[in-house]
Amino acid sequence: MKKLSILFFLFFLNFNTSALPYSTEPKEFVSELVNDAINKLSDKNLTNEEKSKYIEKIALENVDIKALGLYTLGELRKSSEKKDLINYQIAFEKYFLKSLTSRLSDYSSSKFEVTDFEKKSANYTIVNSEVTPEEGNPQIKIDWRIYTKQVDKPLIRDLIVEGLSLARTQKEEFASILSSNNDDISILIKKLEEFSQK
Amino acid sequence: MIKRIKNLFISAVIITLISTVGLKASEECFEGFSRSVFKFNMVFDDIILEPIAKGYNKLPEPIKAGTGNFTSNVATLLSIPNSLLQGNIKQVGHATGSFLINSTVGILGFLNPAEKIGLKPHREDVGQTLGKYGFGPGCYFVLPVLGPTTARDSIGLIADSFLDPFAHVTIQEKELFGMSGNSLDYFSVKGTTAVDFRSDNITNFESLERNSIDLYSSLKSIYLQDRENKIKNSTDTQDDWGNLDN
Repeated sequence: MKKLSILFFLFFLNFNTSALPYSTEPKEFVSELVNDAINKLSDKNLTNEEKSKYIEKIALENVDIKALGLYTLGELRKSSEKKDLINYQIAFEKYFLKSLTSRLSDYSSSKFEVTDFEKKSANYTIVNSEVTPEEGNPQIKIDWRIYTKQVDKPLIRDLIVEGLSLARTQKEEFASILSSNNDDISILIKKLEEFSQK
Repeated sequence: MIKRIKNLFISAVIITLISTVGLKASEECFEGFSRSVFKFNMVFDDIILEPIAKGYNKLPEPIKAGTGNFTSNVATLLSIPNSLLQGNIKQVGHATGSFLINSTVGILGFLNPAEKIGLKPHREDVGQTLGKYGFGPGCYFVLPVLGPTTARDSIGLIADSFLDPFAHVTIQEKELFGMSGNSLDYFSVKGTTAVDFRSDNITNFESLERNSIDLYSSLKSIYLQDRENKIKNSTDTQDDWGNLDN
C-alpha cells in the first residue's frame, strides 16, 4: 500500500511537472516557456510524437489560438455564420499546432535569450528576444506580443521575427486564398484541414 | 538607335508604373502573370540558387563572413546618396565612415572594423527614399530572378543603377577616383549578395515553404512588411488587433 502511495505520488508529481506553470511576468513567461520547449525538443530520450504532444500542450495553454484564428480571418469574422466560424476555429487550431511544432523543431538546436521588454498598453507587452542558430547563421531577433489583459494568465498572440509579424503574414495569406475564392470560408477550412492531414 | 529604343522602353515602363503608385501594395498589378513568374523563380531557386547557397554554406566560416562583409560594404555605397536624399545626416556619416574604414583598415571590406567602433549604416535605396518622400508602394508584382517588388520599388531599382557609385564605375564603365570596372564585376557582386542572403536563410525559407498554404502570398506579405520597416527604419509593427481586445 505504501509502495502504491509512492507510485501515485510520483505519477502526480510527473503529471504536474509535464507542463510547468510559467511566470505571470511577460519577460520571465517567454523565457521559461521557450527554454522549456527547446529543452523538450532537443531531448533525445523523447520520441517525435512525445515532443509534438508536449509542444501542443504548452501551445494550447499559453497561446491565444482563438484570438489568433479570428485575427487571421480578417473582416470575414464579422460576416461569417456561427457554424462556419466554429468549423474554422477547429481547423485553424489543428493547422496552427502542426505548423508551430514544425517551426519550433527547425530551431530546436538554437540558443534562446530574452533581452528586453516594453509594456505597450494595459493589454500588451512586447518581449524582445534573440535566437542564435547552431550552424553559425546570423542571430535572429524575435519579439513576442503578449496579451496581458488577464494579469495572472499572459498569452502569446504574435511572434515578430526580424520585424515580420507571423500573424499578419498568416492573415494576408488567408486573405489571398479567400479573395481568389469569392470569400468562401469553406475553401479556406478545406485548405487548413488538408495541411493538418499532410 | 538601340539606346534610343532602350530609353523609350524605360520611360514607358516608368510612366506605367507611376500611374499605379497610388494603388495599395496589397493590390496586384497582374497576379496571374506574377504567379507564373513566381513558379519560374522557384524552379530557378531549386535548380541554381539553393544548391549554390548550400555549397557556399560549407565554406569555412571566415570566408563566408568575409564575403558577406565585402558585399555589404559595396552596398553601403548606394546608402550614402540615399541617406543624403532622405536628409538623414547621421546615416550619411555612418555609411561614409563605414565604407572608408572597411575599405582601408578592413582590407577592401572583407573585415568589418567599422562595426566595432559603432558605425552601423542602414541599407538605403531609391525605393526607400521615394517611400520617405511619401510615395505609396503602388501595386505588387514579381520580377523574373529578382523576385518581389512594387511599382515604386521597381522605379527605384532603375534609379539605383544611376545613383549607385558602384553601378557608375561598373555597368556604366565610368571612372571614379581613378577606379573603373565592367558589367561582369557588377553582376558578380550582385550574384554573390544573392547567394550570401540565400545561404543565411536556408532554414527560414524551408520552414516557410513547409508551413505555408499559399507560399506566393506569404512571401508577398513578408516582402511588403520588410519594405515598410526599412522605410521607417524601425521594426515596430502596427497594432491592428482592433476589437479582438475587448
